[in-house]
Amino acid sequence: MTVPAGLRYTDEHEWVVGNHAGAGIGVTRYAVDQLGDIVFLELPDVGAQLKRGDAFGAVESVKAVSDLYAPLTGEVLEINQAAVDEPASINEDPYAVWLLRLAPSRSDELEALLDADAYRKLIGDA
Amino acid sequence: MAYSPHTAEDREHMLARIGVDDVDALFDDIPVELRCGGLDIAEGESEQVLAGRMRRLAARNRGDLASFLGAGVYSHYVPAIVDQLLLRGEFLTAYTPYQPEISQGTLQGVYEYQSLIAELTGLDVVSASHYDGASATTEAALMAIRATRRERVLISAGVHPHYRETMRTYFGGRLSLEEIPIDADGRTDATEIERALDETVAAVVLAQPNFFGALEDPAATFDRAHAHGALAVAVVEPVSLTVLASPGEYGVDIAAGEGQPLGIAPQYGGPYLGLLACRQALVRHVPGRLVGRTTDIDDRPAYVMTMRAREQDIRREKAASNICTNQALCALAATIYLSALGPDGLRDVALIGASRARQVEAALMDAGAERLFPGPYLNEFAVRMPNARSVHAELLERGVLAGLLLADAFPDRPDLHDGMLLCATETTSDDDLDRLRVALQEVGR
Repeated sequence: MTVPAGLRYTDEHEWVVGNHAGAGIGVTRYAVDQLGDIVFLELPDVGAQLKRGDAFGAVESVKAVSDLYAPLTGEVLEINQAAVDEPASINEDPYAVWLLRLAPSRSDELEALLDADAYRKLIGDA
Repeated sequence: MAYSPHTAEDREHMLARIGVDDVDALFDDIPVELRCGGLDIAEGESEQVLAGRMRRLAARNRGDLASFLGAGVYSHYVPAIVDQLLLRGEFLTAYTPYQPEISQGTLQGVYEYQSLIAELTGLDVVSASHYDGASATTEAALMAIRATRRERVLISAGVHPHYRETMRTYFGGRLSLEEIPIDADGRTDATEIERALDETVAAVVLAQPNFFGALEDPAATFDRAHAHGALAVAVVEPVSLTVLASPGEYGVDIAAGEGQPLGIAPQYGGPYLGLLACRQALVRHVPGRLVGRTTDIDDRPAYVMTMRAREQDIRREKAASNICTNQALCALAATIYLSALGPDGLRDVALIGASRARQVEAALMDAGAERLFPGPYLNEFAVRMPNARSVHAELLERGVLAGLLLADAFPDRPDLHDGMLLCATETTSDDDLDRLRVALQEVGR
């Protein structure tokens, strides 16, 4: 399974791209494969204040609903309406479809994210 | 799939197979102090003795009465085809259709039910049904709370008292339920609604017709609700929807109601049928089951339970409701009833009842009663009569059940204590009307 090198990861199977100026968040291929065909996305409002670990939304597939957890503390800057309108696009290429962007307020949290190797190990990939 | 109870031999065989000595051992994980200590019930009776006991109980039903009692439950004629088809084993004993491949009949039945209620209410999505009008109305309010993320609900005092009580129980002091009184016309007080409405209200709930039979002006009220971002919830009576405007036509977001009038006998309080319908935008907040139509592997039409991810067994504490079942058999009764009558037949039921109600009103006016609330009604209305309680009792002695004594339904409303709520349906016969007139005359003397 490809785990893109330029991204950071969480143990909730989300990826993060960016820095203290702004971070984009999505879900990994591993997560998407577990879920199956995604039919609905529930995202927070722009301006919402998230704390790392908060359940901020959900991704719903035909057979399950999975909560989305904030990988970082910060304010929601933008949500991806195109992803909300076309949830199947996430299945096609989960690394190409960001779900929301937030302004991280804590750099120590950015440091604590997993790199590609650590995430690969987490999902048991050689 | 055949259903047969286990024999003692079956049980022994199963226990041996799993290596357990007796059934009690399977409950070992439950702490002793939480286990049931045994039930104080009598030994079983033979079918003959038990049937006799039930017949004697049933004989106490006053089927001889000329009844004008409604108050949320209405006697309509149920064509024989309804009960006959319900007796089919495939329908009578069917369980939840978790396996669509062996449950197409059940699933299609629910789909047809949903489609018929969508047609009646003029709304997009209909749930597979709920326990009764009270729980459906409560679920509608909870839907509005989830969808708006607000915590206050305004409910008209014209909504059935049982429904309001059920909602209060569910809200449990965590959510705010505020009652809006009715005015001198028997309609929800518009000034009070306006006073209570703001950006913290999730929904405004009105009944149409309301408990007193009065016809509200829901469009105006719901406009005001929408102006504040609150949802419009209407409690409706299904037969009346062939004559009155449908909720879809006057801006309703969620409609709830009691489906009992559709082919289900009064049955002493239940089982009944909770109707719930809403606009497409709210589909993900709908509680309970939803049956959808799709195609199978050979492109043939197929029915399945759909949008299951809202439900309790998948979403747990975030589910749309703790209740995941429906009233499948009652929903089927309603479906067969509606199919047998058709839209014209159902409209006739409503109009004949309305015409009978006017004759009932005339008989009461002749006997000295007054309308409690003026204004139009469909088939139910309230009157004020001096010494209502003793009049009611004397009429009952003469075999006439003159509706509901409002003093009983509203013990802390002295202004309603001389009131009676009466209805008529297409089953109200000339004989019933004669008996009413004669009894009123005798009591009046």
